[in-house]
Amino acid sequence: MDSKSAPVPVEHVFRDDAPVLKVTGLSKRFGAGCSYCADPEAKLERNICPVCGTVHAVRNVSLEVHPGEILGIVGESGSGKSTLMQCLYFDQDPTEGTMNVAAYDGGVANCFTVSRQQQRFIRDRIFGMVYQNPYLGLRMNFSSLSNIAEKQIAAGGRNVHRMVERGEELLGRVKIPLRRKQDPPRAFSGGMQQRVQIAKALSNEPPVLFLDEVTTGLDLSVQARVLDLILQLRRDLGVSMVVVSHDLGVIRLLADRTVVMLDGRVIEHGLTDQIMQDPQHAYTQELVYSLL
Amino acid sequence: MRKNYNFAFLDEGSKREIRRAILKGVAIPGYQVPFASREMPIGRGWGTGGLQLTLSCIGPDDVLKVIDQGSDASVNAVSIRGLVHETTGVDTTTRTQDATLIQSRHRIPERPLTRDQLLVLQVPTPEPLRTYEPRETVTRRLHAEAEYTGAYLELFEQIVRYGTTTTGADHPVMVGGRYVMAPSPIPRYDNARLNMADNLTLLGAGREKKIYAVPPYTRVESLAFDDYPFVTEEFEGACCHVCGATGVYLTQTVDPVTGEQVWQCSDTDYCAQRVSGEQGEE
Repeated sequence: MDSKSAPVPVEHVFRDDAPVLKVTGLSKRFGAGCSYCADPEAKLERNICPVCGTVHAVRNVSLEVHPGEILGIVGESGSGKSTLMQCLYFDQDPTEGTMNVAAYDGGVANCFTVSRQQQRFIRDRIFGMVYQNPYLGLRMNFSSLSNIAEKQIAAGGRNVHRMVERGEELLGRVKIPLRRKQDPPRAFSGGMQQRVQIAKALSNEPPVLFLDEVTTGLDLSVQARVLDLILQLRRDLGVSMVVVSHDLGVIRLLADRTVVMLDGRVIEHGLTDQIMQDPQHAYTQELVYSLL
Repeated sequence: MRKNYNFAFLDEGSKREIRRAILKGVAIPGYQVPFASREMPIGRGWGTGGLQLTLSCIGPDDVLKVIDQGSDASVNAVSIRGLVHETTGVDTTTRTQDATLIQSRHRIPERPLTRDQLLVLQVPTPEPLRTYEPRETVTRRLHAEAEYTGAYLELFEQIVRYGTTTTGADHPVMVGGRYVMAPSPIPRYDNARLNMADNLTLLGAGREKKIYAVPPYTRVESLAFDDYPFVTEEFEGACCHVCGATGVYLTQTVDPVTGEQVWQCSDTDYCAQRVSGEQGEE
């Protein structure tokens, strides 16, 4: 037979086969669950089980982030984006699932089942997080420098000079004037608070950064500056990121690949351009068309 | 003695509970053991924690000394001494070396304590992480995980703002390399004297309902940064205007005759013994 005429199976394979972060089968339930909703394919009323009322905030989500890659997560409010992020950053315990982090234990251990101390270790040294609400990520009564140093202290930093130096360097990078380094973030505008959060998240040069709706609520020029900063970080430091947003414009600008979530599950994933140009799922189509 | 009260005021059941908490505290140095703080005839925050420890530990053969900021004569010290004496009939003293049980507020006696002596400290805020984290459920977890970023962050913030740590008293310590502990508001000068001490130190917070302990010969290190080491109060060039002592913890006062500002030993018993020639030069 002519081998040229046979259809060639197309399979997308990453060149580097070691993702920095790999999540498999992550689920987060609020409620006991029942035999009906135990089936991952069971039909729910949005994300609530019609039989027992359990809320399935995140259902069986798997994703991979590769070195230097930005993964976007989009979805409407209540689709489970933030819960997913909080599970990844150990703010919440997932009900099921595994997470492997390349920089921890060679990517072998399931980070959801290691001890709390080890999870703290991963949080403080390998991950950085920027919350949607700066009040979650910052200590509003401590100076900006202390906020940035907190993560370094947690990772064992005991040299004040070095931590102050690093803090000032980061404040410069996020364009906060150094004369305000002793001011508490409470006294800052929303955009500045968000940038202090970014500086804090970066203080230990983490290989993985989580950004939860970083630009929501910021005015356009500040938004542009924050987005610019994020792209710069990726370019200069090769940080891998997971970016959650309901703003498709932000996702289009930042993300290499995008995952679309609806009612706690992933309904579509692929290259960002592909999702923007040729959305397959009805919900994604609605989302993309509403942008235009 | 009228027998209107049980020996040492507290009923035996309460004493037993408190002693159990003490034993647990001694077994886990620096760990705050919760206990059911009893209603006492003095107000919460006035030494009820220390008083309950004293009353639970005291026996008929003990000799009691009570001091407040180094002084045997302050109202609080006198009342507590009076209360314990009236409900137990034990002897009291002001001489540090004669006492077997010393209850103190904010000072450790100048004369080093021996292994036969028990020091009880009154504690207003037992939680060193409280300003960093207001929730008790969270601070307990932080202690369980030995996560002491908050204690260091407080010190870091002081250095960033003022160029030095500004803890006047109650500078946090690491006990036995495991638990960060509030040493009660003793001056930084006294922190070092908890380290590898010969005596057992018990700390009680009546209002906050916590008991903890530093057993004899336990490592107690004051928290500090590599480039900002822990320093004690400085009394450079100052000496006690009554007994002439140097190298002890001094407080500033006004000479009643000349009206000048002068320094004086904070530990009044130590000072008095030096004046009467009982305490040798050190």
